[in-house]
Amino acid sequence: METVRKSFMTGIMLKSALIDALKKFSPIYMLKNPVMFVVEVGFLLVLLLVLFPNMFGNEDGEQARRLYNGIVATILFITILFANFAESIAEGRGKAQVQTLKKTKTVTQARVLLNDGSEILQQAHELKKGDIVLVQAGEVIPNDGEVIDGIATVDESAITGESAPVVKERGGDFSSVTGGTTVTSDWLMIEITSMPGESFLDKMITLIEGASRKKTPNEIALNTLLVSLTIIFLLVVVSLYPMTMYLNVSISIATLIALTVCLIPTTIGGLLSAIGIAGMDRVTQFNVIAMSGRAVEACGDVDTLILDKTGTITYGNRMAAEFLPVKGVKSKDLIQAAWLSSLTDDTPEGKSILSLACELGVNTDGEENIIKSSEHIPFTAQTRMSGLDKVDGTKVRKGAYDTIKKECMEAGHSIPANLEQLVQQVSSVGGTPLIVAVNDKILGVIYLKDVVKAGLKERFDQLRAMGIKTIMCTGDNPLTAAAIAKEAGVDSFIAESKPEDKIQVIKDEQALGKVVAMTGDGTNDAPALAQANVGLAMNSGTNAAKEAANMVDLDSNPTKIIEVVEIGKQLLMTRGALTTFSIANDIAKYFAIIPAMLMVAVPEMRALNIMNLNSPTSAIISALIFNAIIIPLLIPIAMRGVKYKPMSAAKLLNKNLLVYGIGGVIAPFIGIKIIDLLVGPLFRTVGL
Amino acid sequence: MWQIAIVLIIYLPLVILTGHYLYRVTLQQKTWLDPLLDKVDTVIYKVCGIKRVDMTGKEYVLSLILSNAFMVFMGYIILRIQALLFLNPNNINNMEETLSFNTIISFMTNTNLQHYSGESGLSYLSQMLVIIFMMFTSAATGYAACMAFCRRLVAKTDTIGNFFIDFVRVITRILMPFSIVVAIILVSQGLPQTFSANKTVQTIEGKLQDIAIGPIASLESIKHIGTNGGGFNGANSTTPFENPTVLSNIVEMLSMMLLPGACVVAFSLMVSHRKKKAIFGKQGLAIFTAMSILFLAGLVTVYIAEKAGNPIISELGITQELGSMEGKEMRFGVAQSALFTTVTTAFTTGSINNMHDTLTPLGGLVPMFNMMLNVVFGGKGVGLMNMMMYVLLTIFIACLMIGRSPQFLGKKIEEKEMKLIALCILIHPAIILLFSALAVATPSGIAGITNPGAHGLSQVLYEFASASANNGSGFEGLADNSTFWNVTTGLAMFFGRYLTISIQLAIASLLAKKVWHSDSVGTLKTDNTTFTLLLVAIVLMIGALTFLPALALGPITEHLQLYS
Repeated sequence: METVRKSFMTGIMLKSALIDALKKFSPIYMLKNPVMFVVEVGFLLVLLLVLFPNMFGNEDGEQARRLYNGIVATILFITILFANFAESIAEGRGKAQVQTLKKTKTVTQARVLLNDGSEILQQAHELKKGDIVLVQAGEVIPNDGEVIDGIATVDESAITGESAPVVKERGGDFSSVTGGTTVTSDWLMIEITSMPGESFLDKMITLIEGASRKKTPNEIALNTLLVSLTIIFLLVVVSLYPMTMYLNVSISIATLIALTVCLIPTTIGGLLSAIGIAGMDRVTQFNVIAMSGRAVEACGDVDTLILDKTGTITYGNRMAAEFLPVKGVKSKDLIQAAWLSSLTDDTPEGKSILSLACELGVNTDGEENIIKSSEHIPFTAQTRMSGLDKVDGTKVRKGAYDTIKKECMEAGHSIPANLEQLVQQVSSVGGTPLIVAVNDKILGVIYLKDVVKAGLKERFDQLRAMGIKTIMCTGDNPLTAAAIAKEAGVDSFIAESKPEDKIQVIKDEQALGKVVAMTGDGTNDAPALAQANVGLAMNSGTNAAKEAANMVDLDSNPTKIIEVVEIGKQLLMTRGALTTFSIANDIAKYFAIIPAMLMVAVPEMRALNIMNLNSPTSAIISALIFNAIIIPLLIPIAMRGVKYKPMSAAKLLNKNLLVYGIGGVIAPFIGIKIIDLLVGPLFRTVGL
Repeated sequence: MWQIAIVLIIYLPLVILTGHYLYRVTLQQKTWLDPLLDKVDTVIYKVCGIKRVDMTGKEYVLSLILSNAFMVFMGYIILRIQALLFLNPNNINNMEETLSFNTIISFMTNTNLQHYSGESGLSYLSQMLVIIFMMFTSAATGYAACMAFCRRLVAKTDTIGNFFIDFVRVITRILMPFSIVVAIILVSQGLPQTFSANKTVQTIEGKLQDIAIGPIASLESIKHIGTNGGGFNGANSTTPFENPTVLSNIVEMLSMMLLPGACVVAFSLMVSHRKKKAIFGKQGLAIFTAMSILFLAGLVTVYIAEKAGNPIISELGITQELGSMEGKEMRFGVAQSALFTTVTTAFTTGSINNMHDTLTPLGGLVPMFNMMLNVVFGGKGVGLMNMMMYVLLTIFIACLMIGRSPQFLGKKIEEKEMKLIALCILIHPAIILLFSALAVATPSGIAGITNPGAHGLSQVLYEFASASANNGSGFEGLADNSTFWNVTTGLAMFFGRYLTISIQLAIASLLAKKVWHSDSVGTLKTDNTTFTLLLVAIVLMIGALTFLPALALGPITEHLQLYS
């Protein structure tokens, strides 16, 4: 909303939008929007009538006719201008963004490594798929690619807006780099994976530019409806003419054209493309790149959201929450041991253990000394434990339950009686138990807690009200999964899930007739992202995942899928609301124009002039003016979308029907009356 | 008033019962007539070489059109050579070319617009072999199309049902039994059913008068059961031999209301088939209610307008306690006439028990309006299909308003469907308005108009609305047996019927082939009050606004002038 207001304020933008709007008067361009094309044809006809008032038969009062025709022509011109202007404004915001992106795409030199090991300098746009380039600190990565050697930090702010640099290295989920981003330290050897002109940046630019903006399926369907309404009302007016002739009621061509323009859905017709562009733009503002408008629309239909637990529902890291000593061990000893075991542990979990231990008043004497003198035992997938060996030979360890238990038993110690119970206790509330042992003697358990992101429970409640089911996927055991699921408030969960399980879940849901959305980042998520109706890939993820998905989140924030769903809904709702409003407007316009048209020949028609408008001319012109100015008045709604709060379909429909349906019936009655009060006396003075 | 209320109260249980029966027939479930009728059907299938294979939507439409074309061809020949054939005791001549063209299309399309008078234009053989025969087959065609349409909305395949089997079953299981029962009731009320020639009697004034009789009861029953409407006599159900008593009047009204309403019930049961023992089904109830709202609004308008009488006659000092009785039968009065008028146009039957031309302007606007909407129950089967177009349109708009892409019964409504829906909704006003404009713009059209000014325009609008809606009633007063009127209304009836049915079945086929999506709290409810009201609003917005300018020039001007 802030940006919208800003864009309205900038004079330059306004000016360029206006110039753009004038350019769009070209009939070839107008043909794309049949509703407005009809208005343009009407405008040209009336314009001819201004020049040759007697073109369709001799009518008296040539001067008055000419003036009347002139006014009608002017209003029609303004109507078209407003519609074009709406579209230009919507496009304008995208254009500004493209400008910034294009700046990123400045000419970069790439250092290409040849097979014989020599280097040559090449222009970035000449790079081919498969070329190997070397990028050093301070240089811009010339094109999308995979890291094949080296490790470096990369500043991706040009694309994501996020200023903190990201570490990129070979293999795993952090190996893909995007053209246009800058290496800030060290060096990377990159294999280029995209053809020139097809990089992510290029795609983003074309998407936003709207040059390749195809009409979405729903937009086409709605357009069909609008066109057929236009045809119906054209038929109405075309057939009206001979009927009035037969009854010797004379109605001027300009009035018939005014009637046509008032009846055809110009309001939605004029704003439809702006709504679409603005909707896509809103997604982009959210730092999500949608590969197609279809994807954004599909978001509105999502029935099932498949969410990864880690990173999406909970923060990526677990935090130490409690120290639970086994029977016979003092709490103080356990804390001391836990602190020791984590001293050299750089993982977030390790750090959280340290800070909790400190909080509980651990003895931190000789910390530096211990770190220096002890042997560090890092965590590996094989050992599944970490810790340190002190100079005095004390082995301090923390690790998974079964590993430590095994070590302990091998060393001939007995397993404390209540250990099993403590482990169960932690698992049952969704926590991860870490066992602490000194010299293979078990002291107790560290309760690592999965912290559910704040506000998620409410979000899921809202989603439920909207009819969207959430499924959590996690590698945790069923007990832990159930606890987290309960805490987060998701509808169901899949525990101990492997990446391929996700596909199965998606397929199962789809077989039940559900539209499924999911987020993912790893390469092994790619098939699932492709299978889902809406796939949101993280920008930090692999290229394969990004290719498979139909949206990419530049901030790599998986929770964002919920917002995207809302934007999708909002896009459709805006179309629906304005269509309803546009059609509902017709009632008042009829009551303004029909009596006005026929009053001269059939004076009794006065009875239908329920708005008590000044004169027939003033009535028709007022309706026409209302029809024109409602377009710019609705531009803000078209731009930011109708207000949307998650609620059930039935409530939402009632609310929108009340505002845009009933409102659409009443508003023009008031609007036309006010305009008539203003212009009525004016017309009387000029003798119309 | 109570006369109207009683008819409507009797109607409700009847329509629900019939709906259940229709549902069973449509889904080929057991009915109590099966032991007998299964044998009859098997014989018919064998004789005609009908195989029990499922058809695709395309095959279904093709079979429908070809079989109709064949019947049109045969019927046309009979009309053209009826003088040479047997069963012609009144020595009636062959029918003229354009009139035959008009008549044959009129009856094949279930319209029954009559530009001839039965008693002087048709032999008994033509009455039975063309008129009554087509009254059965056209009604069966309409309902078969509707069955195919509904099945495809519910099913997940496009290859389902066989036109010929549906067609035969509709006739043997629905039309035949129902019309036999109705015919017997009507005979009990005094309708003639005979092959003897017209009676010539001497009147009290000493002059000779021909009294037209014939196989009337059999025609009268199917005329209403099949929402056909073409009378045996020119004056249709106003004559005592077609509609002698208030009881026969009620039976005739109920007969025409029965099957179009039952179609909605049957459809509703198909939609809610998973829930056993539904009495009505919510989906159908929503549609039925919407139709009823439109119906009652019309009924009340006619009744009030007619009850108020004509101000010009009041000025002459004639009291109008009975309401405006011009063109009405004394035995029916305003209440029975108003109800009949609304029923016959809402259910697009087209028979009349009073002269619609002499209704007050607003009273005359209602039947015209019913036919222009063509969705207020409508003809047998096709009325439901027409309403479904508006249902789909309403869903399209309503779904957008809740931020979902449009979906009905789990099927998405997308570009292709929308194109066809829009086209389908467009056809009807296009036919009426363009032909009306043509009629008032050409000398040959104007030649038929017998009233000057606004009423003349009403006559024209009524005629084409009646033709396009396949209603068949006339405002009368129009000198319509001319080449211009025969050909234009013939075309209007043809396009109004076949173009619409083909497109509607195409839409159903498209939907049948779609991936099914489940419903949730987030999807649009299409079976609640909000939806019903929205549906009514959309029908009025799109359907009514289209005709408002024309109506303003016709009946509305007439009304305002009458009361100024």
